[in-house]
Amino acid sequence: MATLKLDHIVKEFDGAEVIKGVDLIVEDREFVVFVGPSGCGKSTLLRMIAGLESVSDGDILIDGKKVNQIGPAQRDLAMVFQSYALYPHMTVANNMGFSMRLAGVPKADRDARVREAARILKLEELLDRKPGALSGGQRQRVAIGRAIVRNPGIFLFDEPLSNLDAALRVQMRIELARLHNELEATMIYVTHDQVEAMTMADKIVVLQGGVVEQVGSPMALYHHPRNRFVAGFIGSPTMNFTEVEVTETSPAGVQVTLPGGDSRLIPVESGNCQRGERLTLGVRPEHLTIEDNGPMGGTVTVIERLGGATSLYIATEDGEWVVMADGEVQKRVNNAVRFGFDPGRAHLFMENGDALPSLNRHPLVNIERRENRIDTMDQQ
Amino acid sequence: MYTSLSRKLLLTLLAWLIALIIFFPIFWMILTSFKTEFEAISTPPTLFFEPTLAGYREVMARADYNTFAFNSFAVSVGSTLLALLVGLPAAYSMAFLPTKRTRGTLLWMLSTKMLPPVGVLMPIYLIFRDLGLLDSLTGLIVIYMLMNLPIVVWMLYTFFRDVPREILEAARMDGAGTLQEVLYLLVPLTLPGIASTGLLSVILSWNEAFWSINLTTSDAAPLTAFIASFSSPEGLFWARLSAASTMAVAPILLFGWMTQKQMVRGLTFGAVK
Repeated sequence: MATLKLDHIVKEFDGAEVIKGVDLIVEDREFVVFVGPSGCGKSTLLRMIAGLESVSDGDILIDGKKVNQIGPAQRDLAMVFQSYALYPHMTVANNMGFSMRLAGVPKADRDARVREAARILKLEELLDRKPGALSGGQRQRVAIGRAIVRNPGIFLFDEPLSNLDAALRVQMRIELARLHNELEATMIYVTHDQVEAMTMADKIVVLQGGVVEQVGSPMALYHHPRNRFVAGFIGSPTMNFTEVEVTETSPAGVQVTLPGGDSRLIPVESGNCQRGERLTLGVRPEHLTIEDNGPMGGTVTVIERLGGATSLYIATEDGEWVVMADGEVQKRVNNAVRFGFDPGRAHLFMENGDALPSLNRHPLVNIERRENRIDTMDQQ
Repeated sequence: MYTSLSRKLLLTLLAWLIALIIFFPIFWMILTSFKTEFEAISTPPTLFFEPTLAGYREVMARADYNTFAFNSFAVSVGSTLLALLVGLPAAYSMAFLPTKRTRGTLLWMLSTKMLPPVGVLMPIYLIFRDLGLLDSLTGLIVIYMLMNLPIVVWMLYTFFRDVPREILEAARMDGAGTLQEVLYLLVPLTLPGIASTGLLSVILSWNEAFWSINLTTSDAAPLTAFIASFSSPEGLFWARLSAASTMAVAPILLFGWMTQKQMVRGLTFGAVK
């Protein structure tokens, strides 16, 4: 149980800034996910929190205490590495007990805690094996076990699932979420996989180029992306974008002309938008619907049928659009289709990429992943 | 089938041929050591003869083999342990805390091996004289340690670099200091490499002749000086010299034979992993 505060953290490598002033607060027992494209600085940020990288500027505070100059082992953290980083010459039990052995914990206590962690992770049978004799998923669990026995205030995960196959990844994802509830620990998790971010996080931090683009709950990021980068990064298939022209602004929203010539009123704050200004319209594939007299149209080039849903790649005069339709859609390749959308689900971005804030907050934005979390918050 | 079989046969023959060529001088030396002085210089050389231990008896009568052998052993093992003790931290810092100049430092260290030893004989001789290290085991241990250090550091460096950084970082997160990191993780993980580095250093020290002959006279003289002592005063006595040489190389040859598996494993450690 611990809180973490990053106060304008900067990291320089050879004079180049890779982390450009990150501010962040991680609450006690929160599951925070750092997500972003490779090279965005998310792993560096995590390693700085861990104490494996020095801090060029700014402060890291754990439970209100500045830890910049404190070694990794004294920060009350445990880290799970992408490569698991198990000690290959030690048995599973010794791997998990290594930190306690270094700390001089008596053997009986050590064994008890290792057994307890092994029970939680269902590793009891494997305690005498060496890492080389384990499968990828088992190694992953040992790495997590090594973190659990230390009973840290904060768990750090550096892309822990990226070396697992798809089925195992889903399983481990669920296990990690369960573990988070069980251990009531603060967890910080780095991934480039937005599905992991969306499914596990209480709070997602989207990073790009060493800058925090947006911090928020998964649903806040999905429904109210702050800018075009976040809008494009969160959601799969990625959001469709097209250029539109403002024809009118009013308190009810911004009226824009679509590529086909139709116009729609998008319910967003108009801010200082001017008539005739060029904006970018963004609509998620799942918010587009096939309509016989929809405002936009084109020819289907590719169909991906997933069973429950179908992705239609449609070549329009305005470029390629992706429509996520239901599984029963009858269209085929080379069919002409028309499609439209609910303006309340569309986004508008200004030229600098910033989104015009929506007039209606989505009802799911503030929902908590876990019920007990709301309870504890109520008590506070 | 035919071609692969004949190819294999050809390669086997070639390997045997090369092995025999390499082994021949040693074979001939051992053979000569059992001959009489007369047979040793006969032309054409005789391959079949009545073996005699006369050469060995003479060698044993003239010099105290055990002292020389002990010196060789002490100097080889001592210098190797010292080289590992100095080389390990050096290789650690270069492998895990590299700077822009690490590569250059390594190359410079190796370049000292290209310097002809005789080029620095004078200064080293004078330094040793002033420090009272001439004809002492300590002196030889120091000079052999310095001689092998570049190779030891270089080899350890390559072995250490194969250790995933994350494992050491995990240990640091677990609370290990640098010393514990080295003792509990780095050394056990690279033990085959460290062992083969040590073995190579022992062999190189055992076989070194230039410094031992120039810096020792009697007290600290190792087996190389022992051999040399049989070549000078009364002209060459081939059988006796061969006997002395055989006695000098026998321990290290046996040692090399016994540890060859370890050596090969260590030297190919990084490649096959």
